[in-house]
Amino acid sequence: MASKKEGSTILEALHAGIREAMTEDERVFIIGEDVGRYGGAFKVTEGLLDEFGKDRVVDTPISEAAIAGAACGAALMGMKPIAEFQFIDFISNGFDILTNYAAKSRYRGCGSIGAVFRGPCGSGVRGGPFHSLNAEAFFLNTAGLKMVEPSTAYDAKGLIRAAIDDPDPVLVFEHKKLYRMPRLRENLPDEAYRVEIGKARVAREGEDLSIITFGAQTLNALDAAERIQEEDGRSVEVIDLRTLAPMDKEAILATVRKTNRVIILHEASITGGIGGEISAIIAEEAFEWLDAPVIRIASIDSPVPFAPDLEDYYLPSLDEIVEGCRKVLKY
Amino acid sequence: MTLFFFAYFVCFAGNILMQMKKPRKPLSCTKDTTLSTDQLLELYRFLKLTRMFDEKTVRLKKQSKLTGGVFTSLGQEATAVGTAYALEPQDFIAPLIRDIGACFVKGIEPRTILLQYFGRGTAPSRATDVQFHFADLEKGMVGPISHLGDMIPVMTGILLASRLKNEKRVAVAYVGEGATSTGAFHEGVNFGAVKKLPLITIVENNGYAYSTPTDEQAACEQFVDKALGYGIKGFQVDGNDIVACYETMKKAVDYARNGHGSVLIEVMTYRRKGHAEHDNQSYVPEGEIAWWAEHNDPVTRFERYLAEENLLTEGEMREIETEIKEFLDKEAEWAESEPRPEATEAAMNVFDNTVVRPAYRKSVLDN
Repeated sequence: MASKKEGSTILEALHAGIREAMTEDERVFIIGEDVGRYGGAFKVTEGLLDEFGKDRVVDTPISEAAIAGAACGAALMGMKPIAEFQFIDFISNGFDILTNYAAKSRYRGCGSIGAVFRGPCGSGVRGGPFHSLNAEAFFLNTAGLKMVEPSTAYDAKGLIRAAIDDPDPVLVFEHKKLYRMPRLRENLPDEAYRVEIGKARVAREGEDLSIITFGAQTLNALDAAERIQEEDGRSVEVIDLRTLAPMDKEAILATVRKTNRVIILHEASITGGIGGEISAIIAEEAFEWLDAPVIRIASIDSPVPFAPDLEDYYLPSLDEIVEGCRKVLKY
Repeated sequence: MTLFFFAYFVCFAGNILMQMKKPRKPLSCTKDTTLSTDQLLELYRFLKLTRMFDEKTVRLKKQSKLTGGVFTSLGQEATAVGTAYALEPQDFIAPLIRDIGACFVKGIEPRTILLQYFGRGTAPSRATDVQFHFADLEKGMVGPISHLGDMIPVMTGILLASRLKNEKRVAVAYVGEGATSTGAFHEGVNFGAVKKLPLITIVENNGYAYSTPTDEQAACEQFVDKALGYGIKGFQVDGNDIVACYETMKKAVDYARNGHGSVLIEVMTYRRKGHAEHDNQSYVPEGEIAWWAEHNDPVTRFERYLAEENLLTEGEMREIETEIKEFLDKEAEWAESEPRPEATEAAMNVFDNTVVRPAYRKSVLDN
């Protein structure tokens, strides 16, 4: 995975985090489709088969329930499995095991499932209805599952390490559009580190309005904030949630109290999306701090369409976000 | 043994009632066994314990002392006890609701399951889950869930882990014939087969999945044929012959432990009670249950065997029965006297609470 270019991409950071964990702890192993010989559909696990052998990089048949179930069983035995879904869209085939077995095992006194379930998510890559999913809302109403989604290389490595360490099941959503994005290259510390699960980050400080977002939309939010600064002279704060469950309520409430105006931005469809939950938290716990209604900007309520004209219409656009900011700032 | 199997196929094919005839001579168990006298007597105790445990929970349910559903294994006790008896302490099982006997053989105490039934705070699941939906990983019991077939993939993970640790464990997933129709069954058995895992999937063909008869569950002649499709070893056994269950399972366990891969065992048995106690079994043809009770009861068959082999007299059997009854009464009394859970326990252990705080109910007045 050596790169001639300066710094690590998100993909390289994930690879490095997994490799580092496997080197340090022999309980860590990988299981998934085409993860060994082929190195994974996106090459996150490339080279690890040669380094760690086939017992620790387990290629499987096309069987997401078996992958998820086997990860659970191994975790019960004290192993630290990293299960890959080739695309997060296919997590639906492992949904039963994740929501019924993994999520409930500790609660039922049947043993903790310290396992990682990871895979590429996200739209905007012309993947069509079955290779573009953002799955967080499916799992948000299931107690017992943690969810993280990095938008920087630093967080990608830190979160995957924290997820592997975690005593409970963690779903790691990796936005495929960000995997190799040159803009996100950054130099990472030489030594191992973790990014705490459950903590959001301030991606950009601001005073006048907050955009609460995560994943690839963090970049859209940052771009919108830049434009508002340049064209309107107003400052927009961007909160990158990083962890979607359990959510960092404190960070959400802190930014509301600071700027008093909020836009929630996410890439999944708007209805029943995570934005509704964030909006409810703000309404219940910070109503008196608001100077404007909370606005959600998200994708339309349709499957993710394939052709660029359609998908661009489906997704939140930079212009829409900028206009949304102006509307909320003017209120 | 061949004759017994033939009799079973006839029973399960076509109209079950038309084929049911009085056996030419009363059914006993196979005489071809490697079990010692002590082992046979121990088996008998487990078998009786299983039958009488179910009778006890049914009684408690009728006395309105139990809140949830009561699931029994009446008529299937030999399957669970006989197969589990062939396992070693390091082996793992994921039992089905009809396999309470397998739990006992693996060392689970009746009182533990009774705590679960009573929903007591000191139960292994902290009263968060029902009956034997709990785990004792030390004793090799993996906590099952209601979703049928799911435990097969989970057991493959147990085995991948033991392979990584160089431990020679065998894992057993008990399912009914109904579970063979699920995707999880297919994915789990296939994955175990491909990875040559020492996984034993026991398909308990008991004639019904809730109200659905076997011939509406699958079009195959017999479930053991599925083994061929997965490229694994298959066995079929008379599930009401406890000795045969043990012997077949022993062969399967040896095969799996010695690195030959997975095994599927179809166990031919019959579910004499409904899905649970509430089920009136209106869908069962008249006379069918009575036929099995009269001519093919696993406990009666083993008692006949023990008498034929001069291992136990009728009097000794009744003594064992009295002993077990007194034991179970005490166990139930103790379990019932245990404290109910604190209500706030509902908020605990969703996650590791040293990392994430409990999911306490938020008062509407807090905001």
